[in-house]
Amino acid sequence: MFEFIAPLFLALQKATGLNFSPFYNEYDFSRLMTGVQTSLLLIVCVLIVSLIVGLLGAAAQRSQFRVLRFLVAAYIAMFRNTPPVVQLLFFYFGLGALTPQVDMGGWYEPMISSFGWAVIALGIFGGSYNVEIFRAGIEAVPGTTLEASEALAFSPVQTFIHVTMPLALRFSLPALASNLISLAKTTSIAYVIAVPEMTYALSGVWNDSLNVGEMMMLLFIYYISVVAVIGAIMGRLEKRLAVPGLGK
Amino acid sequence: MTKVSTVPRPNSLVSILAGAALLLAALAVGVITVSQVAQGPADSSLNVLRRWCPFILQGFMLNILMSVIAMILATISGVVLGFMQISHLAIVRQPARFVTHVFRNSPWLVILFAIMLMVPFEITLPYFGLVMIPGWVKATIGFTLPVMANIAEILRGAVASIPTGQWESAESLAFSRMQTMRHVILPQCVRRMLPSWMNWFALLTLMTPIAAILGVNEALGNTQAAMEAAGSSPDLLIPFYLFLMCIFFIFIYPVSVWTKRLERRFSTT
Repeated sequence: MFEFIAPLFLALQKATGLNFSPFYNEYDFSRLMTGVQTSLLLIVCVLIVSLIVGLLGAAAQRSQFRVLRFLVAAYIAMFRNTPPVVQLLFFYFGLGALTPQVDMGGWYEPMISSFGWAVIALGIFGGSYNVEIFRAGIEAVPGTTLEASEALAFSPVQTFIHVTMPLALRFSLPALASNLISLAKTTSIAYVIAVPEMTYALSGVWNDSLNVGEMMMLLFIYYISVVAVIGAIMGRLEKRLAVPGLGK
Repeated sequence: MTKVSTVPRPNSLVSILAGAALLLAALAVGVITVSQVAQGPADSSLNVLRRWCPFILQGFMLNILMSVIAMILATISGVVLGFMQISHLAIVRQPARFVTHVFRNSPWLVILFAIMLMVPFEITLPYFGLVMIPGWVKATIGFTLPVMANIAEILRGAVASIPTGQWESAESLAFSRMQTMRHVILPQCVRRMLPSWMNWFALLTLMTPIAAILGVNEALGNTQAAMEAAGSSPDLLIPFYLFLMCIFFIFIYPVSVWTKRLERRFSTT
């Protein structure tokens, strides 16, 4: 494919001066591909971690233990009210300095790479929003529904698994979609700890080729497509799970 | 409607105490362990932090300044953009939709890069001659654009959320479209928009430290500079970054608690 598009973009540069170097220069092309792969992998990992953290947090918030509820409240307050960039730097430099080094046969590498820290930090950051979203979803389940399931002799656990959870998931989907989208966009700040995702890769390209405008256009297109894809997936999920008569 | 769930929800006071206490405890533990580790000829990291504290706070003033200016600009331009989005003229509506779409769906960092690198650092004005544009002014513009697009979307959503019956009854009272907007729709929108507007102010302030990547001397930039000046010892990292998180927390937490209170009040009435 590269051989096919390279002459096109060389011709474009000759004709208009628009320098899309990743599409005709092989080295820049490899940087772009690394950027896309890392960025997509980072987005998927961060979203999954944030969903797990959100579910665990929402479960812990319903626990009977005061201390646990208090800790979850503190976690949410802390991560939602401090800058995500500083959280990332704190995790990577602050906690990263404390993690042990692994012998790689001649040289030492930290146990958790910058990519790993980005997944952890951004996942925990996004999870703090998801906890609230899941909690709101659980609270939106009408009390009458729960009473009805109790009348049908469901135990509290059965009620939670078969009634509350499926309904809460549907109630929280719209808010979840917008949070996952904003989290996917936030992964670009992994730039500060040199994770070679899209923004970082293309900044390398524009530093070498001085084609800031073109690379910016590429970045805008990339992120808008990613957002569109996540939005479409969540929209489809919402439609697939829709229960007739529920909600409106 | 009765609630079956017996688990009390954490109220705001509990979480205020929780958040503040935990953050301060973490800070104290971090500082104490680190200063015990660094019991050498070197200065303790707490002393270093105390010495550089004014410098970091001075940087934080720039964060607040940037977020306040960006919020004012974003509110004005966002309201204009929002009105353009609901215009009946396609030639006004379509470009406004496009601009909103682009800036809502791009990361803050990418927009910031675009403004910082593509706006010239000096321009020639007709009466002032050659004027330098400082980095923080460009960063402020970069922060304005995403917030502007989101405020436009909030306004559009708020106008759309007003029941159509109100438009119809205003029309039956011989109100023009402008008059309906001005006297019937907008007064109700302001109430509905306020919580989201404040939420965006908090988000904006929390994003201002990314300006440090492009060399603006705000709190994060100053923190990193201070750590370097103090000998870039790894012991400084945890207390300095925790301190920085504390400053932002103290400024933003009241805003978000107030936002939540407003949301609850407006949703019940």
